[in-house]
Amino acid sequence: MSGTPASNLQPGIAAARLDPLTLERNFADLHPPLSRHEATVEADRCYFCYDAPCQTACPTSIDIPLFIREIGAGNVEGAALTILEDNIFGGSCARVCPTETLCQQACVRQEAEGKPVRIGLLQRFATDALMASGKHPFSRAAPSGKRVAVVGAGPAGLTCAHALAERGHAVTIFEARKKSGGLNEYGIAAYKVPDDFAAKEVAFILSIGGIEVKHGVALGRDIDLAGLQRDFDAVFVGAGLAAVNKIGLKSEGELANVLDAVDYIARLRQTSDLASLPVGRRIVVIGGGMTAVDIAVQSKRLGAESVTIVYRRSLENMKASAYERELAQTSGVLIRTWARPIALEGKDGAVSAVLFERTDGEAHDGHSAPPGDVFRIEADVVFTAIGQALTPEIFGDAGTLQLKGGRVVVDAERRTSLPGVWAGGDCVHSGQDLTVAAVEDGKRAALSIDAALRAQTKREM
Amino acid sequence: MVDLRTEFLGIRSPNPFWLASAPPTDRKTNVERAFKAGWGGVVWKTLGEAGPPVVNVSGARYGALHGPDRRLIAFNNIELITDRDLEINLQEIKQVKREWPDRALVVSLMVPCDEPSWQKILARVEETECDGVELNFGCPHGMSERGMGSAVGQVPEYIEMVARWCKAHTRMPVIVKLTPNITDIRAPARAAKAGGADAVSLINTINSIMGVDLDAFAPMHHVDGKGTHGGMCGPAVKPIALSMVSEIARDAKTRDLPISAIGGITTWRDAAEFIALGAGNVQVCTAAMTYGFKIIEELISGLKNHMAAKGYSSIEDFRGRAIPNMTDWQYLNLNYVAKAEIDQDLCIKCGRCHIACEDTSHQAIFAKVNGQRKFVVSDDECVGCNLCVLVCPVEDCITLVHKTQGVDPRTGLPYDRPAANWTTHPNNPGALKAAE
Repeated sequence: MSGTPASNLQPGIAAARLDPLTLERNFADLHPPLSRHEATVEADRCYFCYDAPCQTACPTSIDIPLFIREIGAGNVEGAALTILEDNIFGGSCARVCPTETLCQQACVRQEAEGKPVRIGLLQRFATDALMASGKHPFSRAAPSGKRVAVVGAGPAGLTCAHALAERGHAVTIFEARKKSGGLNEYGIAAYKVPDDFAAKEVAFILSIGGIEVKHGVALGRDIDLAGLQRDFDAVFVGAGLAAVNKIGLKSEGELANVLDAVDYIARLRQTSDLASLPVGRRIVVIGGGMTAVDIAVQSKRLGAESVTIVYRRSLENMKASAYERELAQTSGVLIRTWARPIALEGKDGAVSAVLFERTDGEAHDGHSAPPGDVFRIEADVVFTAIGQALTPEIFGDAGTLQLKGGRVVVDAERRTSLPGVWAGGDCVHSGQDLTVAAVEDGKRAALSIDAALRAQTKREM
Repeated sequence: MVDLRTEFLGIRSPNPFWLASAPPTDRKTNVERAFKAGWGGVVWKTLGEAGPPVVNVSGARYGALHGPDRRLIAFNNIELITDRDLEINLQEIKQVKREWPDRALVVSLMVPCDEPSWQKILARVEETECDGVELNFGCPHGMSERGMGSAVGQVPEYIEMVARWCKAHTRMPVIVKLTPNITDIRAPARAAKAGGADAVSLINTINSIMGVDLDAFAPMHHVDGKGTHGGMCGPAVKPIALSMVSEIARDAKTRDLPISAIGGITTWRDAAEFIALGAGNVQVCTAAMTYGFKIIEELISGLKNHMAAKGYSSIEDFRGRAIPNMTDWQYLNLNYVAKAEIDQDLCIKCGRCHIACEDTSHQAIFAKVNGQRKFVVSDDECVGCNLCVLVCPVEDCITLVHKTQGVDPRTGLPYDRPAANWTTHPNNPGALKAAE
């Protein structure tokens, strides 16, 4: 690259649309951490509610009033322990949780004055302090002699592994990718987890000991479920969703620059030089979830001139929260609703525009439109972000693993239909596709696995 | 028209706000700044007898209690009386009084407990043409170890004796400043009056240590590893001061004794409350030391606006009006029934009322109604204690409502019984019985 950055007006696709300083600023921490004094003042805003609504709203049931009171009393490491006992990913959840639809929405101050206690930032304050101390607050129980296989080193798998290791079991994690962390490492928007945080958190979790991670080992390719069932005392599957949904348009696979948002984000997260990433001048994003917002905002921050999210239903129907939508809009992303793509147009083998038809109004429920009401948006790059899917082939012919809606069915303890196999995270049915929900799955599964292994030991004696 | 001018023991000041004897009144520079800012008067920082100057510690002579946002809740000091030369102080007092004749200038004094010492200092002070003297019988630290300050204030006989000497040796009004570090504030007040003092001022600071340093294992704040108790003041002491002022104001033996009220006065409202309990003026220190002299503007405008809204033209229009309603527990109406009521529109469902009542009181607030999170008072159990009102974070969401109609489900007694107190209560073995 020459030293002069390409402007964001340069047509087509170009790297280094912004100078390094601007890029650094654009990808800095979205919410800078609280200082000690800010944390003390914010902690004082917590009313220490009885049967606190915030705690009820947290999928991992973190004792939020207690940890905030501990921060207020100057017991920051105690606060971190309170958090991590319920959620070992407390650090990343503090950064990536949609708190505006979970704990902070439930905060009574939201009802009182529209300004909830900033629970996420307080949680980050406590967990950051503990992680900075370099201590691991949990210790392992005596070895149980039991071995558990965990498929996937994402939040669900790592949580399960940590809780099992704590209880004395030996855990082997099989991870298809080169690094652990799952979507925290490959999928979350960069400005939410800057400074290599995902990797640091994985190291923190693994420092309890008793967990071996084998990278580059994929279920269905290098190992199979039946083999794991045979070789281990229990199996937890937290494989995530490896495939992405297609929009199903002609020439989707033929035209260049029609990209899968998930892949691009992974590339963005792994690059050591943001200026090396190719960025379109005019970008269209199709979808309405967190991934759509993440790719749109990051494209804008990489220097795209215009970014438009097109979603087939209303703003309120978008899976991206109001806060995320606002983030997109204040970052300069245009959101257009009630439209769906009907054709891709190309020029010289690359995409040049997308044709949309209106899905106007609730009468049509976002599916069909008055005929002929069509508009075109020109684009150098089209990102599809309409959801991810499980590839059931990874389970091979392992008996009767029950699926529903393309995902694994589990019970309240996260047991699958297969004996000795538990599952959690995005690959299970009715999952919320949230880090915090994956953590809860891993935690519940670990408790259930532990109980089962103990019962097994008892029978063996 | 509201007129804030006051006359206390014949001492005139443009408003009832004086600065108490303390660091803010230690020198001409400060006092002139205060007068420029608008303060009505000052009590000059305590002078001692002529001789080698007083020595203060270097290092923390103040301590404080803070709220989470560093709001100062209480303050504490181990500073001694003025460490400036007596002659310089007298000279400056004289100059300031000449230049600011409309302001009150009272001089605080503390000398050894013998008549010649007091006689000598009074003569010198009188030469300054100041308006009066305040006898510092209050300082609880340092000087008290040398037989002065609160060491005198804790012995009513000494108070009476010194007050009598002072009245004998000066024509100036004599105010006795009382220490709260005693069991019954009425005793020193009565003694001051018996000795002929013209007024009392109270409270001085309260014995305190502001914390313990858990690393150094020393009281905070320590000087070279050792600490000592100091005197506490500031917003946290106001309730104690209000009580002590009220005791003197309603005591049959001292009810006509003028009071200059001191203790945590931070806003105009604090001042108005002391005046309602009979204070003829108020003295302020901690608020000025925290925010500077400019707070006098808020004190004046706040008191003026309040008085205008109430239709008062001078503080005499409401001074002492809360005294008749200050009584002993035994005279409280035991047939009055109030119960808490939660305004569901204002309730934010934090549940603090429930858990406070459930864990620590009368189990009188339900947390759920028909399975829904909703907080409702049970009249069957509510005794009207006010705890829920106080722990509720939303102002006016929970109120105590006076019950007048129907029957109290808790006691089975009608709400509208005629007033009756402990003196006639059947459970009181000493109750007055009607003639048979």
